[in-house]
Amino acid sequence: MIWLAVTVVSLTLGAALAVLLLDNLLAAVAAASVVSLGVAVMFVMLQAPDVAMTEAAVGAGLSGLILALALRRLGLARLDVGAGADDVDA
Amino acid sequence: MSMRNIATLLFLGGLVFLLLVLTDALSFGDPPMVVGDAIQRAAADEVGAANFVTAVVLGYRGLDTLGELSILFAAATAGGLVLGGAQQRRGRPAGMILRSGADLLFPLLLVVGLYIVMHGHLTPGGGFQGGVILAAAFFLPLLARPGEALNHNWMVAIEGLAGTAFIALGVAALVQGKAFLTPLFDQGLLGELVSGGSLPLLYLAVGLKVGAELASLLIRLASDDEAAS
Repeated sequence: MIWLAVTVVSLTLGAALAVLLLDNLLAAVAAASVVSLGVAVMFVMLQAPDVAMTEAAVGAGLSGLILALALRRLGLARLDVGAGADDVDA
Repeated sequence: MSMRNIATLLFLGGLVFLLLVLTDALSFGDPPMVVGDAIQRAAADEVGAANFVTAVVLGYRGLDTLGELSILFAAATAGGLVLGGAQQRRGRPAGMILRSGADLLFPLLLVVGLYIVMHGHLTPGGGFQGGVILAAAFFLPLLARPGEALNHNWMVAIEGLAGTAFIALGVAALVQGKAFLTPLFDQGLLGELVSGGSLPLLYLAVGLKVGAELASLLIRLASDDEAAS
């Protein structure tokens, strides 16, 4: 059980780091969804299935979808790395 | 390093410092929670819902759930105002994988969403979680077939009716001389599908409202994207 927890926590932290470091905004959104999924697994391990379900549905599913749609609306959703995604905060 | 980065670092450092002070002053799990034990002892008899989380969310704290619904309503209304009406998308038709995947997933998502909503008083889950899954179910076909029109008025009607039904169930308790949103009807047998009085009806209203609200928000977000890309 402890090794499962360590694996999930390191996966979640790695995904959270990837959100900050990734150049591609769409990939960052996907990594943010992975963070929510890891947190949902941790909620299950802490015996809170209701919260886990909310986290998986809203955090991993819906918020990722909304962020991705917003990126597309802003014209920032590109699948190739680096092209135009860097000059966002200019 | 720009001024903004330095300010962000300073702010983060201050936040971490405050959190450290807080965790140093408070010992973990002290004073012990007593509300949880009391609710676990009393909920099965008082509310009649096998899932105690639902007993708290709708039975003991129904007013908070109404507040949550109104916050979501306000957020969805503001989003709708900013995004404007849902125009019909004229995007390219989606590929074969997305189309057949959407066809395959739509009934599955529908069943899972309705199951989670209807069994909210028995198993983990409920109106909010099931509503989000229902919203995803109705958004998926639109992603696969951008040209097809989806009647937006239906969504608005379902959302309004579900919200009205939630409040009407609360007012019905007032009419009977109980507090607002007190669970009504016979409690039935603990663990049966038809049990817990009006809790399943309340959760059905929540699920329909959340589902319609989020689906129309997603449709609004997805429409009119050809101007941007």
